Amino acid sequence: MSVNRTELLKEKGEQMQNYNTIILSNQEVSPGYFRMRILAPGFGAKARSGQFLMFRVQHLLLPLLRRPFGIFRVGLLPPDCEGMPPKEYVEILYKVVGGGTRIMSELHHGDHVELLGPLGNGFTSGAVKKVKILVGGGIGLVPLYMLASELVTQSPVRLLMGGRTRDDILAVTEFERLGVETYVSTDDGSLGEEGMVTEALKRKLVRFPDAEVYACGPMPMLKAVRDICYKRGVSLQVSLEAHMACGVGACLGCVVKGAAHTEETPQYLCCCKAGPVFMAETLDWGKIDTDDKSCGGCA
Amino acid sequence: MTTSKMANLKRPNLSVEVAGIKMRNPVMPASGTFGYGEEYTPFLDLNQLGAVVTKGLSLRPKAGNAMPRITETVSGMLNAIGLQNVGIDAFIRDKVPFLSRFETPVIVNFFGNSLEEYGEVAARLNDISAIAGVELNISCPNVKQGGIVFGTDPAAASEVVSLVRSRLQKPLIVKLTPNVTDITVIARAVEEAGADAICCINTLTGMSIDVRSRKPSLANKTGGLSGPAIRPVAVRMVYQVAQTVKIPVIGVGGIVNAMDALEFLIVGATAVQVGTANFIDPTAMISVIDGIEQFCIDEGMDDIHQLIGSLQL
Ligand SMILES: Cc1cc2nc3c(=O)[nH]c(=O)nc-3n(C[C@H](O)[C@H](O)[C@H](O)COP(=O)(O)OP(=O)(O)OC[C@H]3O[C@@H](n4cnc5c(N)ncnc54)[C@H](O)[C@@H]3O)c2cc1C
Ligand SMILES: Cc1cc2nc3c(=O)[nH]c(=O)nc-3n(C[C@H](O)[C@H](O)[C@H](O)COP(=O)(O)O)c2cc1C
Ligand code: FES
Repeated sequence: MSVNRTELLKEKGEQMQNYNTIILSNQEVSPGYFRMRILAPGFGAKARSGQFLMFRVQHLLLPLLRRPFGIFRVGLLPPDCEGMPPKEYVEILYKVVGGGTRIMSELHHGDHVELLGPLGNGFTSGAVKKVKILVGGGIGLVPLYMLASELVTQSPVRLLMGGRTRDDILAVTEFERLGVETYVSTDDGSLGEEGMVTEALKRKLVRFPDAEVYACGPMPMLKAVRDICYKRGVSLQVSLEAHMACGVGACLGCVVKGAAHTEETPQYLCCCKAGPVFMAETLDWGKIDTDDKSCGGCA
Repeated sequence: MTTSKMANLKRPNLSVEVAGIKMRNPVMPASGTFGYGEEYTPFLDLNQLGAVVTKGLSLRPKAGNAMPRITETVSGMLNAIGLQNVGIDAFIRDKVPFLSRFETPVIVNFFGNSLEEYGEVAARLNDISAIAGVELNISCPNVKQGGIVFGTDPAAASEVVSLVRSRLQKPLIVKLTPNVTDITVIARAVEEAGADAICCINTLTGMSIDVRSRKPSLANKTGGLSGPAIRPVAVRMVYQVAQTVKIPVIGVGGIVNAMDALEFLIVGATAVQVGTANFIDPTAMISVIDGIEQFCIDEGMDDIHQLIGSLQL
């Protein structure tokens, strides 16, 4: 009478898994920013752009909870010796902001780590051939790389990338190598144009009024992007952050306010399960918390 | 454990009975850390657990608190989820069919904002055959009586347990809050009011401040502390309660591995719940079960009951 677990997983189409694995490399690519490749056989075939993983920093319970990170990309490395299969990896790109990411930055090739993933709801690819504009603020660039690599096969893709200084502008040449036209702005003008990435978005939307927009970055930037798109009736998908404990929809700690939210009848959506990518119109922009805490992606 | 070692040994009996509910082992999830069971099926087989305990349910769906709802503290976490849940009707309609596909007993955790609500939910749950037992969360304020928390006052605790008892034929576990001066007073009150078992502890109320913004880390200002930080407090309370009452006690608070669980069993808990550790390692409960079994083998015990309450003073 009792159900078999393998059948159940097939029935539910569950893809996530806990990987007990090792680090392949962990390098500082810009002051305070690191790229870590982690061995993860089978991960690439399951992962979609916009999804994330929960990283267990170390086996000791310090920090206690896993930390969420976007999937920057997945790929293959040549095997250590001939005749072996290539090594499948998942790569994350992270900024050192606190205790957990500090410890991560000190990990090395061969260190044992655990990751849970791929998790959450990713981006949807939108209409073929329509221009796609990706807007990234600082570390918010992370989920856009895999998205761009999926979109370039079917549509023209443009990246608008903003950061505080040149140090916060990451991986732009890699986007260019995909064939993405990139545009950079910094608050201090140390790279690209001086000013806000949202100004560039307005200009692009004049040229491509029926473009589709995808954005990830600090909450003030997302709000500005949303206002611009809303006024022009442009389709927008955003990737959000929230404080997470489980990453799988069990703790209900990671909610954001939905479009139907009111003080009397609250509507909370689970960021790890319904998100982290949301269609902009499903969210309550009037009241989404602009608190710094809800935008760990701030550059 | 290694299969070669297994082959030579008879497996110890880990099965226990709590409040009349038979469990294949003494390990189950703590309410609110395991969703409605479904969330963790990609990582473990529910049939391996002693029981499944659901997220706390109420008469009507509850939206929960504003965010941020969680923050990490030293060896622990604070949460103020606000008991968000789908409500009893949606639970029966959407979640029970899934849970009833497993052999594992299902324990439904529930709460109310008034005596009437507690009574009504109890009556609704009584009719559902797929539910093996209920766990009554009395850590909630009674909104009709000045917000006094049922579980902090022996008379209020007794009243709510008696009422639920009168509406429910199923096994009744009462979950105690640690935010009291003397937990044994409450334990005795709920035993006398008709509880079949006691579960302790729920989270300890705490607070944390973001010093730069001068704001509380949680929107709700205060939250419930869980995780390894609370384990010594939980072990002490389980010990005191087990000394006080005759009904079985379920120990919960900060269990991450088998050694942690053993502490609770040794001071007198018949079973244990694993909460926050599920977030850190979704297979934590399986490791706890395997580790308890291995410990029994290493200590030459053929039954877990040789361990329960074996504290040497
Ligand atoms: C879905 C998702 C994807 C993410 N992707 C990336 C990514 O690709 N690269 C990256 O560098 N970061 C990413 N983050 C943010 C990252 O999880 C946090 O920076 C990290 O958890 C901080 O850990 P810590 O121990 O170093 O900091 P802590 O010591 O825990 O905190 C330091 C500071 O970071 C803030 N913080 C902690 N956790 C979070 C969180 N979950 N979200 C926002 N702020 C937080 C705290 O409020 C505090 O101000 C993502 C977050 C989410 C929810
Ligand atoms: C996110 C979260 C949600 C919880 N929700 C409930 C709940 O709905 N009902 C309840 O009785 N206890 C709830 N608890 C308390 C746990 O069941 C448990 O008593 C407590 O966390 C201590 O155990 P731990 O240290 O192993 O987590 C919750 C705990 C956490 C961390
Ligand atoms: S992080 Fe636990 S529900 Fe989203």
